[in-house]
Amino acid sequence: MGDWLGLPVQASAHAGEIDQMIILIHYLMFILFIGWGIYFVWVLIRFRASANPRADYTGVTSHTSSYLEIAVAAIEAVLLIGFAIPAWANRVNEFPPEDESTVVHMIARQFEWHAHYPGADGRFGRRDISHITPTNVVGLDRSDPAAADDVVSINRMNLPVDKPAILYLSTQDVIHSLGIAEMRVKQDVIPGMEIPMWFIPTRAGDYQINCSQLCGLGHYRMKAEVTIQSQAEFDAWLAEELALSQ
Amino acid sequence: MTTTEQAAHAEHGHEHAHAHEDLGFLQTYVFSVDHKVIGIQYAVTGLLFLLFGFGLMMVMRWQLAYPFQPIPIIGGLLGDTRAPGGIMLPEFYNQLGAMHGTIMVFLGVVPLAVGGFGNFVLPLQIGAPDMAFPKLNMASYWSFFLGGVVMLASFVVPGGAANSGWTSYAPLSVIATTGQTMWLVGMIFLITSSLLGSVNFIVTTVQLRAPGLSFFRLPFFVWAQLVTSFLLLLAFPPLEAAGVLQLMDRVAGTSFFMPSGLVVGDAALEISGGGSPLLWQHLFWFLAHPEVYVLILPAMGIVGEILANNTRKPIWGYRVLVASVIFLGFMSFVVWAHHMFMTGMGTTMSSFFQTTTMIISIPSVVILSAFLLSLYGGSIRYTVPMLFALAFLPMFAIGGLTGLPLGLAAPDIHLHDTYYVIGHFHYVVAPGTVLALLGGIYYWFPKATGRKMNDLLGRIHFWGSFVTINIVFFPMLIQGLSGMNRRMADGGLEYTMNQDVLVWNTVISWGAWGLALFQLPFIFNFFWSIKKGEEVGANPWNATTLEWSAPSPPPHGNFTTPPSVHRGPYEYNVPGVEADFVMQAEADGSQAEPAKA
Repeated sequence: MGDWLGLPVQASAHAGEIDQMIILIHYLMFILFIGWGIYFVWVLIRFRASANPRADYTGVTSHTSSYLEIAVAAIEAVLLIGFAIPAWANRVNEFPPEDESTVVHMIARQFEWHAHYPGADGRFGRRDISHITPTNVVGLDRSDPAAADDVVSINRMNLPVDKPAILYLSTQDVIHSLGIAEMRVKQDVIPGMEIPMWFIPTRAGDYQINCSQLCGLGHYRMKAEVTIQSQAEFDAWLAEELALSQ
Repeated sequence: MTTTEQAAHAEHGHEHAHAHEDLGFLQTYVFSVDHKVIGIQYAVTGLLFLLFGFGLMMVMRWQLAYPFQPIPIIGGLLGDTRAPGGIMLPEFYNQLGAMHGTIMVFLGVVPLAVGGFGNFVLPLQIGAPDMAFPKLNMASYWSFFLGGVVMLASFVVPGGAANSGWTSYAPLSVIATTGQTMWLVGMIFLITSSLLGSVNFIVTTVQLRAPGLSFFRLPFFVWAQLVTSFLLLLAFPPLEAAGVLQLMDRVAGTSFFMPSGLVVGDAALEISGGGSPLLWQHLFWFLAHPEVYVLILPAMGIVGEILANNTRKPIWGYRVLVASVIFLGFMSFVVWAHHMFMTGMGTTMSSFFQTTTMIISIPSVVILSAFLLSLYGGSIRYTVPMLFALAFLPMFAIGGLTGLPLGLAAPDIHLHDTYYVIGHFHYVVAPGTVLALLGGIYYWFPKATGRKMNDLLGRIHFWGSFVTINIVFFPMLIQGLSGMNRRMADGGLEYTMNQDVLVWNTVISWGAWGLALFQLPFIFNFFWSIKKGEEVGANPWNATTLEWSAPSPPPHGNFTTPPSVHRGPYEYNVPGVEADFVMQAEADGSQAEPAKA
C-alpha cells in the first residue's frame, strides 16, 4: 500500500516504521469510509420519500454503531500505545552515542543551510555572532584551536551511509524546519534553542533538505543538497572541503 | 391556515413599516440593534469576505499552476511592488497566503456561522424577542467591521499586508513589514467582536428561552451555538493578550517572543531579547485549536436541523449528540500542542497531546454516526438544503479521518507542513463547514426574506460545487503523502522530489476556477430571490422548531404573542398522531389548529 499512497522511497533505518503507521491508519480510514459510504448510499436510496412515504419516529434501535465506535476507539488506542508513542520515544530519546555517529551542526538562516563539521579532531570550533562577516556567515572563530580543521559547507550536507547521523539544529534569524522526506525526518529549528535530531541513512544517493516552515520570501527555495555516500567517499569530500576553506 | 398566516403576516408587515419610520433608515438598517438585521449584516459581510478570500486564492492558484508566468487579466493591475510585469513576487504570494487564511477563518466563516446564523436563528429558535444585550450585539458587529477594514487596508500600506502566515509565528512576524502591525490591530478588533458576541449568546440562551423550553428541548443548533460561544469566550482572550504582546514587540521594543542573539542579514538585531518564539505558538494554538471547533460546530448544528426536517423524523440520539458536542468543547482546550509536534517536543508532552487528540476523535465519530443513523427509517426529501447537509457528512468524514495520521506524532514527521495538512483542514472547513453554511442559507432564506431561493439554480450550485471542490482538495492529500510542502511560492517547482506530483497543481487550479464559476448561480439566485423568489408563509419546510412559528420575515420583537413550548424540537411522524409534524409551540391536543404565529 506504501506505493499506492505514493510515499517517497525509504532511505533511513526508521522510515519503514513511520510508513507502517501511515499505511495502517490509511487502511483504517479506507475501511471506515467505504463502510460508511456503502451504508450512506443504500440508506439514501432505500429511504427516499417516494419509497418510504411515512418516516419511522424511532429509527435505528440496534447497538451496532456503539460497537463500531468502541472498535474505532480500541484501534486508535492500539495505534497510540503500540506504535506511535514508542516510535516517538525512539526518535527523541534513544540517541546513538556521539563517538559512533557523524555529528553535524546545522545552522539555518534566511534562506540557506550551513553544515558545520568538526573535522578530524571531533571538536567543534567556537561560533559567535561577533565573528559574523559576509564570508563567515556562521561566525566561526578561526582563532579557536578546535576550529582549525572545521569544515562549513553551504547548502550541502554529505553523510556516510549506514552510520548514525546526529544533527544539532540552530537558526540565526527566524524559525526554519529541516525536512528530508526520504529520510522521514523533520525538525523545526527554533531561534534561541539548539535542537538535536538523528537518523541512520541506509541508502546511498542524492536527496534534498527542504525548509518546512514558512521563513520569508525565499522560503520556497531554501534547500540544501544531501549526498549519502560510502565512508571513504565522505572522508575524501570532507578533506576536499577543508582544503578549499584554507 | 394559509389565510390566517397571511393576514398575520400583513399585519406584522404594517407594524414593521411603522417601526422603521420611527427609527429612521440609519438606525433600522445600518446601526440596528435588532438581532435579525445584525445577523443579516454579519452574514452578508461574511459572504463578501468569503468571496474576497476565495479571490485571493484564485490568484495564488495561478502562481502554483503556472509559476512566475504573467497573471492574466488582473496581472497588470497589481503594481510593481506585488507583480512587476504581471509576474507574482514571492513576497506577494506570502501576503496572499497569510491573508487568505486570516480572511477565510476570522472574517468569513466565523462571522457567517456564528455572527450570521447565530444572531438570526438562535433568538428565534428559543422564542426570544431579541438578544439579551442588543447594543452589545451592535457593538460586536461594528468591531468586526472595523477589524475587516483594517485588514483590507493593510494591503495598501508599504510592504503590503501581513506575510507571515495566518499563524504569524515570531520572530518572522515581528521583523515583518507594517502589514503585520495592521494584522495585529485588526485581530484585536475581531477578537473583541467575538467576545462581545459570545457573552451575548450565552446570556440569551440561558435567560431568554420561552416558557417550557428546557435545555433538553433546545434544537441541536442552539446547543452547537452555545458550546461555540463558550469556546470563543474562553479561547480568544489568550490570543488577544498574545496579539497585544506581539504588537509591543513590534512597536515598543519589547521581546516577549524574541530570543537574544538574533542575526538578520549579517547584522545583530537591535532588540532586548530573552523572549520565547514557542510562547507565541502555545498562545496562538490555545485559541486556534478550539477555533477549529468554532468553525465546525455551527455547521453541525445547521446539518442537524436540516436532516431532521428533511428525513421527517427526529435526529437520532439527541442526548448523545448534545453530550458529544459538550465533550468536544471541553477536549478542544487540551489538544492544541498537536500542532507543535515538530518544535522539539519530548515523549511525555507528545504522549499527552497524542492521547487527547485520539480521544477528541471519538465524539466526532459519534456525531457523524448519529447523523448517518438519523437517515435510517426516514422519508427523505431531496431539497436543496438537504443536498448540502448530506454532502457535509462524507466531506467531514474525510476531513476527520485525515486528521488521524496528523494527530499521531510519528506519522506527523512525514506529513507535517505538507499539502496533506492543507487537504485535511480544508476538507473540514471548506467542503465540510462551508457547504453546510450554504445549505443553511437555502434553509433559512425564506425565514429572513419571506421568499424561497430558486430550486434549479440551487441544484446547479450544489452539484457544480460538490464536484469541483473535491477536484480542488483531494489531490492535495496525494501531493502531501509524497512529501510536498505547503506555503511554497513556486508550488514546489524547486524540489526534485516534488516533480511527480506537480501536475496536480494545474488540476487543482482549474478545479478552483471551476468552483468559482459554480458560485455565480448562487450569487444571482441570492439577489434575484430577494425580489422575485416564490413567496412563502411562516413555515415553508413544514418544520417544527420555534423560528417557523414566527412570520416570514419576523417583525421587530419576532413573535406577536410570546410562544410557549410543549415538546421536544423534532416531533416528526409521532406515533399515534396523524399529522406529519407537530410544532414545538403547538399546545397539546390542538395539532389540527394552525401554529400560533
